[in-house]
Amino acid sequence: MAGRRGRGGWIFLGLVALAQGATALAEPGLARQALQGFARTLSEVAPLLALVFALMYGAERFLTPARTRAWLGRGSGWRGWAVAVLAGVVSTGPVYAWYTLLAELRAKGMRTALVATVLYARAIKLPLLPLLAHYFGLRYMLVLSLWLAAFAIVNGALVERLAPVPPAE
Amino acid sequence: MLTGPQPDRDAPHGSPAPGSALARTVRAFAQMLPILLGMLLLTSLLMAWLPRSGLTDWFGRAPLLDLLLGAAVGSVAMGHPLAGYLLGGELIAAGIGLVAVTALIVSWVTVGVVHLPAEALALGRRFALVRNGLCFLSALAVAPLTVAALRLIG
Repeated sequence: MAGRRGRGGWIFLGLVALAQGATALAEPGLARQALQGFARTLSEVAPLLALVFALMYGAERFLTPARTRAWLGRGSGWRGWAVAVLAGVVSTGPVYAWYTLLAELRAKGMRTALVATVLYARAIKLPLLPLLAHYFGLRYMLVLSLWLAAFAIVNGALVERLAPVPPAE
Repeated sequence: MLTGPQPDRDAPHGSPAPGSALARTVRAFAQMLPILLGMLLLTSLLMAWLPRSGLTDWFGRAPLLDLLLGAAVGSVAMGHPLAGYLLGGELIAAGIGLVAVTALIVSWVTVGVVHLPAEALALGRRFALVRNGLCFLSALAVAPLTVAALRLIG
């Protein structure tokens, strides 16, 4: 499984690089603009990757499957949901930087529902809440954030029901 | 996905040795890198291709259509969520309803059509498709619920 997915990542990167190459041939200006955007975003994401690496190491080092199951597994109860919502709210940067950590935690026993809840709760962007309030009003920001937190749990429960992880995965 | 649970994890004394944990982390991280670089490149490429102006012209035909359109535009949108707020502000200024704008903002930050390949590779295709599909539907629900709650509050 790991090997197949590992190759999948390289195939994906190869296809995107091909698209970039085709763009460079057809529209050199656009390709240059895309590469500049890529370099800019990469420099922004680099510190986040260091954080993700540190968290992955911490999870690998200290989170045994038994601990993961106790905190984020089926028996974690309301604490598990609360941890998932909070983790989603405080996580920053592009979502794809967090996929691997969540996949690792799920492999150790984290509920699929809580993985989906973390991803949904990322919709509540803590640093951007003042801006949301500025553009749409304080009440709007509060009401929307509460609905998003509630739907993070609903979404997690439904994802687990509709897309259960097979035991072999 | 990348490394499954190892036999020593369930040992009575718990955590694995620092060296083996580091090696596994480096291996998992290295497998993530092509996906991450591919996503960054793809996003930059699409941002360069897609026009950002003229979106407001698509809206304003019917409230239900606006709701669907708002959720659809947010689903395929990329970039900083702040761009979603700005676009939402533009749409409000153009007279588009708050329900459609909220659907756009919610799907902007919950649905990731462009991120689907990376999510499917890391967490499974079924998980990614079901999760994003449900997020799209929830944007259609959260938007009217938010506006209704605001009306209730006064």
